[in-house]
Amino acid sequence: MSETGIGASVKRLEDYRFLTGRGTYTDDINQPGQTHAYILRSPHAHATINSIDTSAAAAAPGVVAIFTGADMEVGSLPCGWQIHNKDGSPMAEPGHPPLAQGKVRHVGDQVAVVIAETLAQARSAAELIEVDYSELPAVVDMNKALAGGTLVHDDVADNLCYDWELGDEGEVDKAIAGAHHVTEIDIVNNRLIPNAMEPRAAIGSFDRATGEYTLYTTSQNPHVIRLLMGAFVLQIPEHKLRIVAPDVGGGFGSKIYHYAEEAIVTWAAPKVGRPIKWTADRSESFITDAHGRDHITNVKLALDESGKFLALKVNTKANMGAYLSTFATCVPTYLYATLLAGVYTTPVIYAGVKAIFTNTTPVDAYRGAGRPEASYLIERVVDRAAREMGIPQDEIRRKNFIPRDAFPYQTPVALEYDSGDYEATLNSAMKNADVDGFAARKAASEAKGKLRGLGYSTYVEACGIAPSAVVGSLGARAGLFESANVRVNPTGSVTIFTGSHSHGQGHETTFAQLVSETLGLPLDQVEISHGDTNKVAFGMGTYGSRSLAVGGEAMMKAMNKIIDKSKKIAAHVLEAAEADIEFKDGKFTVAGTDKEMTFGEVALTAYVPHNFPHDTLEPGLEEQAFYDPMNFTYPGGCHIVEVEVDPDTGVVKVDRVTASDDVGRVINPMIVAGQTHGGLAQGIGQALLEGCIYDDNGQLLTGSYMDYTMPRADDLPNFSTSNEVTLCAHNSLGVKGVGETGAIGSPPAVINAIVDALSGLGVTDISMPATPQKVWQAIQGAKAAAE
Amino acid sequence: MSQIHVTTKINGDTTEYLCDPEETLLDVLRDRLALTGAKEGCGTGDCGACSVTVDGRLVCSCLTLGAEADGCEIDTIEGMADGEKLHPLQQKFLEHAALQCGICTPGILVAAKSLLEKNPSPTEEEARYWLAGNLCRCTGYDKIIRAVMDAAEEMRRAS
Ligand code: FES
Ligand code: FES
Repeated sequence: MSETGIGASVKRLEDYRFLTGRGTYTDDINQPGQTHAYILRSPHAHATINSIDTSAAAAAPGVVAIFTGADMEVGSLPCGWQIHNKDGSPMAEPGHPPLAQGKVRHVGDQVAVVIAETLAQARSAAELIEVDYSELPAVVDMNKALAGGTLVHDDVADNLCYDWELGDEGEVDKAIAGAHHVTEIDIVNNRLIPNAMEPRAAIGSFDRATGEYTLYTTSQNPHVIRLLMGAFVLQIPEHKLRIVAPDVGGGFGSKIYHYAEEAIVTWAAPKVGRPIKWTADRSESFITDAHGRDHITNVKLALDESGKFLALKVNTKANMGAYLSTFATCVPTYLYATLLAGVYTTPVIYAGVKAIFTNTTPVDAYRGAGRPEASYLIERVVDRAAREMGIPQDEIRRKNFIPRDAFPYQTPVALEYDSGDYEATLNSAMKNADVDGFAARKAASEAKGKLRGLGYSTYVEACGIAPSAVVGSLGARAGLFESANVRVNPTGSVTIFTGSHSHGQGHETTFAQLVSETLGLPLDQVEISHGDTNKVAFGMGTYGSRSLAVGGEAMMKAMNKIIDKSKKIAAHVLEAAEADIEFKDGKFTVAGTDKEMTFGEVALTAYVPHNFPHDTLEPGLEEQAFYDPMNFTYPGGCHIVEVEVDPDTGVVKVDRVTASDDVGRVINPMIVAGQTHGGLAQGIGQALLEGCIYDDNGQLLTGSYMDYTMPRADDLPNFSTSNEVTLCAHNSLGVKGVGETGAIGSPPAVINAIVDALSGLGVTDISMPATPQKVWQAIQGAKAAAE
Repeated sequence: MSQIHVTTKINGDTTEYLCDPEETLLDVLRDRLALTGAKEGCGTGDCGACSVTVDGRLVCSCLTLGAEADGCEIDTIEGMADGEKLHPLQQKFLEHAALQCGICTPGILVAAKSLLEKNPSPTEEEARYWLAGNLCRCTGYDKIIRAVMDAAEEMRRAS
C-alpha cells in the first residue's frame, strides 16, 4: 500500500483552509453592489391570504424592491419522483409555489420578499407589510388528516398523497395466521430536523451583458438545482444559468432539495439589477429546511417455534408535510419498504404505505432516508420477539441471517443484495463491545442503584444511489449516474472535475487518493474540483452514500480512458506497439525493454504534439466518463450499545457504543471512522434527544436550540468503530458507502438497550426520543402495574 | 442613526471601525473586516460557531455588540496560527481529522484554546463539558475530544 493511495489514512487535504478560518461558504461571499433579501413568512399553519399591502414597506428606508406571489408567476417547485397508488393511478401532486399564491400551508411558508440595502432594513420593512389572513383550521396529526375535513390542498381528498404497497398481502396474512408466534408493535419514527450547522443561504445575480444568471447556494447537488430551477421553475436555459455550491457546511440530505429561496433570489436579480443575498437565520432553518422521518407504523413479525421468521407485515403512515419536497415521495416507498428484509431470510413481506399531507414543514430524506425507519422497526420487533420467546438476542439474529454463502441474494422486496457477511460484523461487534463482561458491569451498576442494558442492531442498507434503469422504472424522473472529467495538464498535474459534492465528506482527499493510486501521482499534483456548473460538465451530486460508489467509479472510468490514450502516445513516441506498453507506478514502459516515459512526459507530449500522426492521434489529454451503477450497494453491520439508566431520574447515560460495519473497500480509514462517528451521533440523537413537536395549531414548539435538543459533546462517549470487508461485487473499487450507516444502525440499538435495562421492571417498549421524563414515566408505570 | 467609532486590537493589530449601535461583533468581523472565520450558526448563543475571545474571555460574538469591543483585545481564528505554522490544536485537529464540513471548526478551536489556557490538563470529561457549548453536527465529537486531549498533552510537554 502506498502512503497516498487506497487504504491510507491520508490527512485531509481540505482541512488547512477550514482550520485557519479560510473556508469559503456561501454566506462568506459578498458581491459588489449586493442587496439583502428578507423573506416574510406565514405565522399561521393554514390560512387564506385576502390581501397584501406593501405600500408602507416599499417606502421604508433602504428598500429596493418587494415582491409577492402576485408578482412571481413562475413554475412550481418540482417533485422528482412519481409514486403510483395501489390501483395504478398516479400520486396526488399539488403545486408548490415559491411565493404563496393566495394560501399558506405551513408556518414559514414564503409570503413576500423584501430586498433592501441592508438585511436590517429589509427586516424592518417587512414588519410594515400588512397581510390580511383568514385563518383556517390546521391539520397536524396524520390520522386526523386522513379523516378528511380540513384539506391542506383543496384538490387532494383526505390529504392522501398516495396509497402504495409492495408485496402480496394475502400471502403474508396467511403466513401470519398459521404462525407459532406473532410479535406486534406500534412504532413511531420521530420527526427530526436535520440542523446542518451552516444555515442555508443563496446569492442570485444577473449579468445583463451576457444574459447569464449565477446562483451561489448551499447545495449538495448544484447541477440538480440548475436542472430543476432552470427547466421547471424559472425557464432559464442551462447555458445561461450557473450554479455554484462552494464550501458547504453540512447537508445530511437537507441541502439536496430545490428550495424556494434559490428561485426567488435568482428570479429577482435582473429585476433589481443587483446581486441579492439571502441567508437563513436559525429560526428559519427550523421551519423551512426539509424535516426527516415522521412515520407511524404497525408491524407484525411471524415466527415458527424455533424463532425462524416466517413473515413480516407493516402498515405505515408517512408525513409529507404541506408540500412535496424534491425527493419526499421515494423515501417511505423505494428507500424504505425495499429494505424490510433487513439482514434476514424472511420469506414473505408486505408493506402498505400511505403518504399524507399536513400543515407542517415538508419532510424529505435525512441521513439514511427510509432505511433508518426500516431498520428501526425490524430491529425493534426482532428484539421484542426474542424477549417474548426467550431466545438470546444474538441467537435469534444468527438463526435468521442471510448466510454469507447465499449472495447474490434476492429478497422478497425487490432488491438483490450482492455481498455481505452479517455473522462477521456481529462477531466482531460482540467482541469489541466485550459482551462477555456485560454481566459484571451490570452487577456493578446495580450495586450503585443503576440499571444497565445492552442493545443489538444488525442492519443492512441500500446506497450507492442508483441504477438509472431501475429507479426510472419505479418513477424517478432523473437518472442517477455520475460524471467525471479528468484533465491532465501539460506539466503532468491532474485536475478532476467531479459531479459529486463534498460538504464534509472529505472528497478532496479520498478522490485524490484514487488518482494517486491509479495514475501514480503525488497528492500535490492532484486537484479535485467540484460544485460549479461552469467547471463540472454534469453531476447528480452527493446523497445516499453515493459519492465513492458512483462518483468514484466515474472517475476510475475516466482515468482508465486517460491511461488508454497515454499508451497510444507512449507507443507513438517509443516506437512500439500499443499492446506492448505497460503502465505501472506512473511510468509507461515497453514490455521487455528499458524504454520508458513518465506520466509527466506523456502529458507534455500530448500538448506539444510536434509529430503526432494527424489521423490516428489527437493532441491533448483529457477524458470524460459517465458511470451508471448496475445495482445499489449494500453496506451492513452490527451496532451494540450499552446504557446505564438512573431509575430515580430517568436519565440514560450512553456508556459504550460499538459499531462494526461492512462498507466494502475502505479508501481512507480515518475518514471512514469520522463518517461513522457522525452518523452514530445523529442516530443516538434521534433515539435519546431529538424530536420535533407541533401543537394542534401547527406551531412548531421545538423551533430553537433551547427546545430542540441536539447532541452535544457531554451527551456522548467515544465510539468503538471497526470494519469488516466484503467487496461490492459490481463496481471496480469494491466500495459500498459509509455516509449513512451510523444513523441507520444505531437508533434501535439504543432503544433496545434501554428496554433491556428496564426489562426487569416489566417495561417492553419506549418511544424515541427516550427522554428522562419518558423513561422515568415508563419506570413508574411499570412499577404501578406490578403492584 | 449615527455610527460608533471603535478602536480595538484584533489578533494583535490595532483596528478601527465604525459600526451601528445594534450591530453585533460577529457582523462587524464578518461584514466590515472580512474576518469570516467566525460563523453564525444560530445568532442566539446556543451553538458556539461565532466564538472569539475578548480580553482573553471566551464569548459568543453573536451576543456581543461591536461597540462593546472598544478598547478591547479580540482574538479570532484568523490569528491562531503563527504565520504558516499551525497552533498545536490546529495541528492535532488535522492529524485526527477532527473536522468534516469545517463550519463549526473555528469556534471549536477558539473554545478549545481558551480551555487549555485556563486548564492545561483537562480530563476528558472536563473537555466535553467545556466544549458542550459548541455544536458540531458532523463529527460526533469523538475525534474533537481526542484531538484536544492530544494537543493538551503536547502543549504541556512543550512548556
Ligand atoms: S452564532 Fe453565536 S452562538 Fe450560535
Ligand atoms: S464539522 Fe461540520 S458541524 Fe462540525
